[in-house]
Amino acid sequence: MASRNIRVSEASRPVLPRHAKLKFDETRQVWVLLAPERVLAPDQIAVEVLKLCDGARSVADVVDQLAAKYAAEREAISVDVIAMLQDLADKGFLTELREKTL
Amino acid sequence: MSPTLTDAGAAARDPADGLAALEQRGSTAETFGIPLAVLAELTHRCPLQCPYCSNPVELDRAGSELTTEEWKKVLTELAEIGVLQIHFSGGEPTARKDLVELVRHASEVGLYSNLITSAVLLTKEKLSALADAGLCHVQISFQGNEPVVADRVAGLKNAHDKKIEAARWTRGLDLPLTVNAVMHRQNLHQLSDIIQMAVDLDADRLEVANVQYYGWALKNRAALMPTLEQIEETSRIVEEAAVRLKGILAIDYVVPDYYALRPKKCMGGWGRQFFNISPTGKILPCHAAESITGLEFESVRSNHSIAWIWQNSEAFNRYRGTGWMPEPCRSCEFKEVDFGGCRCQAFALTGDAGNTDPACALSPMHDAIFKQAELESAGASNRFLYRNFAGGTLEAGDDGA
Repeated sequence: MASRNIRVSEASRPVLPRHAKLKFDETRQVWVLLAPERVLAPDQIAVEVLKLCDGARSVADVVDQLAAKYAAEREAISVDVIAMLQDLADKGFLTELREKTL
Repeated sequence: MSPTLTDAGAAARDPADGLAALEQRGSTAETFGIPLAVLAELTHRCPLQCPYCSNPVELDRAGSELTTEEWKKVLTELAEIGVLQIHFSGGEPTARKDLVELVRHASEVGLYSNLITSAVLLTKEKLSALADAGLCHVQISFQGNEPVVADRVAGLKNAHDKKIEAARWTRGLDLPLTVNAVMHRQNLHQLSDIIQMAVDLDADRLEVANVQYYGWALKNRAALMPTLEQIEETSRIVEEAAVRLKGILAIDYVVPDYYALRPKKCMGGWGRQFFNISPTGKILPCHAAESITGLEFESVRSNHSIAWIWQNSEAFNRYRGTGWMPEPCRSCEFKEVDFGGCRCQAFALTGDAGNTDPACALSPMHDAIFKQAELESAGASNRFLYRNFAGGTLEAGDDGA
């Protein structure tokens, strides 16, 4: 079953569930996130974050990558990324792989 | 940096915000851009006989339905012109033997697929095959929270128990589930229990939709119309549950416009952001549009493309925008807020689809209709006219149950 009530942290390894599909809309030339009865319009950085959420990378890894790429303050990025992912999780459009064997 | 996700709104019900959000980002979509989501009514056949069915009173026969190849061609075309989501509906879409094939085709051309079903024809194997074909979301209609009321409304024995079973299979397959609950005077007393049922079924969403009165529902208005007190109680229950269940169950609520002062922005405005395709392939501005006589609707079987029909056909342009409006709409400050309400309701209640929707307090007919609704809601007429291909069958037994 899809995980409910996920608390996103730097240790989380989030991934989009099968019912949340990130797709490039060729007609409108924008990225969209398709979900039940919803079309979300992620901005460029949100798209970058979502592409990195593969269930293997941790949020910490994602934040590291973005901090390096944009030469921005790591702490601020972490707060923003976690807030965005938590918002998605609250809507039921994000899941995570449980760390069973670590 | 601050990554944001603009909620583009409910794709089917009010995609206005969605289109706006997408278009302000440099969309190439033209004016009246292609809708984000399209409703495909695969068939009017259905084992249920709900007295408020949104299908037209004149149902399309099985022999006139689009073939598998025709539907696949339609799905391909929809994806090509920029539609993102497809809602497979009916009638009962699982009555089509080719549903798995159509869902697979939708997935192949990149459409996000949603099944809107009564669920009584589903088996675990069928649902599993649909999931494998790429189905993204399942919506199951419920007529009550227990079999006595629910099976009576559906006009089908054992329907409720089958739905419960299918809902469990849905979640077992890890598919997101929406419970669709259509509410009216005969089941509103079960609303709290229906909300709890949705939670118990591990549903993601619940749609609480009060009956909209045209077509079959208009024929059954006297048996279905709730009292004003019931509506107020309903709103209170929904608001309380929405807060209590935040993060557990999302609740969408559709109020009945008979008791409103302002009309609903029906379909987000005629021909503005929504179309559906009837079983025979007609492209319609809403699923009740065929109830309006005197309008010719183009079909995917014509030699026009779907995009052409959407942009240029007379039926879509007839009530598009605000230019067609008479007074009191024309000079109304809300004309681009509600686009004059519902054309089908205006036609059903005034005989002219070009009139102001009587749900609006500014309509000269508003008071008369409100009084009529109040009268009917307090009346003793509880007998249904069940929806079927025979033009309806009156419920057995005495009136005034």
